[in-house]
Amino acid sequence: MSFEPILLKPIPDDDQIDVYEKHGGYSALAKALKEYSPEQITQIVIDSGLRGRGGAGFPTGRKWTFIPKDNTKPVYLCVNADESEPGTFKDRQLMREHPHLLIEGTIIAAYAINCHQAFIYIRGEFAAEARLLEKAIAEASTKGYLGKNILGSGFDLNITLYRGGGAYICGEETALMTSLEGGPGYPRVKPPFPAVAGLYGCPTIINNVETLCNLPPIVANGADWFKSYGTPKSPGTKIFCVSGHVNKPGNYELPMGVSMRELLFDYAGGIKNDKSLKAVIPGGSSVPMLTGDKIDVNMDFESLAEAGSMLGSAGVIVMDETTCIVKAAYVISRFYQHESCGQCTPCRQGTLWMYRILHRIEHGKGRTEELDLLLDICDNIEGNTICPLGDAAVPSVRTSIRLFRDEYEYHIKHKKCMVELGPRFE
Amino acid sequence: MNKADKSILTKSTIERLEKLLVVFPEKKSIVLPALHLVYEQFGYLNKAAIAEIAARTGVPDIYFEEGANFYTMFPIAPVGKYLIQVCHNISCTLMGADELVRYLKEKLKIEVGETTADGLFTLVTVECLGSCGTAPVMQINDTYYENLTREKVDRILEKLRRQE
Ligand SMILES: Cc1cc2nc3c(=O)[nH]c(=O)nc-3n(C[C@H](O)[C@H](O)[C@H](O)COP(=O)(O)O)c2cc1C
Ligand code: FES
Repeated sequence: MSFEPILLKPIPDDDQIDVYEKHGGYSALAKALKEYSPEQITQIVIDSGLRGRGGAGFPTGRKWTFIPKDNTKPVYLCVNADESEPGTFKDRQLMREHPHLLIEGTIIAAYAINCHQAFIYIRGEFAAEARLLEKAIAEASTKGYLGKNILGSGFDLNITLYRGGGAYICGEETALMTSLEGGPGYPRVKPPFPAVAGLYGCPTIINNVETLCNLPPIVANGADWFKSYGTPKSPGTKIFCVSGHVNKPGNYELPMGVSMRELLFDYAGGIKNDKSLKAVIPGGSSVPMLTGDKIDVNMDFESLAEAGSMLGSAGVIVMDETTCIVKAAYVISRFYQHESCGQCTPCRQGTLWMYRILHRIEHGKGRTEELDLLLDICDNIEGNTICPLGDAAVPSVRTSIRLFRDEYEYHIKHKKCMVELGPRFE
Repeated sequence: MNKADKSILTKSTIERLEKLLVVFPEKKSIVLPALHLVYEQFGYLNKAAIAEIAARTGVPDIYFEEGANFYTMFPIAPVGKYLIQVCHNISCTLMGADELVRYLKEKLKIEVGETTADGLFTLVTVECLGSCGTAPVMQINDTYYENLTREKVDRILEKLRRQE
């Protein structure tokens, strides 16, 4: 029951470049530039089976190959450090503790896709992390890992930090680009896909922080080494963010496919105050809930999909028996209603209606027939929006009603929670 | 607008603004970074400052206005010296965000959205701050305060009051 993390290595002061270098930092970059062509790096990443850690799990190397071969425009790389999916807090720890790992991974990715200007889009609230990254970029430039002719390879790269303005939607890749271009963060219709026409109309690759942090170890140790962790279809390690009613909330980097029971009970210390487990949202607030008896499931893309949920961003939100499910769904619906960019009607109106109905139920003014209305709204949002934010608002509400309908009915009838809410803030 | 003495932007803001202008392939990309600069200098999106930036850079002020309306991180009117932003999203709610808000309201004697009479504290609720493992969480100006308890809140407010 112990696993040596690969990304979240417990190295003190690893945010300082000399410490990072002392532990092998930037040697993968040197190896990449010296021994491999960009195409070979892409092939290694394809062979490793690395899948995006931002939520969708798309194969990273394959995504890179979507840049048109005959492209003559500049290619951009956007690092998605917007981390705003409720329940998710892994990229923040990576950037705080290992900013150079992200910089090194970013340079390797940029080399592979022939990009000379990368942007790190970091959520605006992460001010301390932004300062750390600024410092890391400056240090890396001084050492010749950034700028012109990196390590004598002839490869040039500039990294620019871009701070968001407090909008969840800007984590969605097309909204991220519109935001970077100076507009409000409205998502765009795909196709064209960013790899073909993205930022400033040029081919653009968007990758999550954790995805990129996996590149230095993959280049250093090879694709087979990476595949020795995790499952055949979901290789590597994954950072699981455990929050809510556990004794030891926090980030746990473990091989993909670890069982949820092990994650919650062996690593995260079990349920707080020995309460029983009511429900878990395993992949951030955008994915379906599972009831507490369904935790003998493995934490990888395939297994969670089979179990009726999703790995998503691996934000594991744990709710014990003292949680009011109506309240939980209400809080989540408030978030999507607040964050909908308002561009398309099913999402703008749908999330608002869901929120209003849940607000009524939560405050003792609900009607039983509104439960089916909620489910109906879910069906009418799903699949009908420009970007997946609308889809993301649906699963928690839908599953909360399907799995805990009795609790909703009680709430509506008795105008209060069915459960005794536990004390939390002391 | 070149006369420095007429500017309401500090020298540092102007310097950073000028640096921004050479970073991006397209000038309009400075909108969000410029809003950050204004927020840092004024603590809210000061209209005159934005107008000055628009004039200095040639980026139409409608773009800044659009940004100011869209991006919720920046107050559009002056707020207290300390902007207390309590996360009320799911993980923080599970760990007592409601009680935390109630406690702050009692202590500061204000409602959510209000500022204390001495102009020191403004209390607002915000969505997930990306720190759910250390819930409940609040951000005051740009600093995070995590794993909050009543005692911690008391100490934090006390310290800020002393610093004034
Ligand atoms: C509403 C919404 C919010 C998102 N937020 C984030 C985010 O904060 N960070 C992130 O990496 N990906 C986020 N994504 C996923 C991105 O669109 C994109 O798939 C991802 O950054 C690709 O990187 P990856 O392939 O390395 O995972 C979000 C998607 C949606 C629909
Ligand atoms: S839910 Fe409060 S920080 Fe994420």
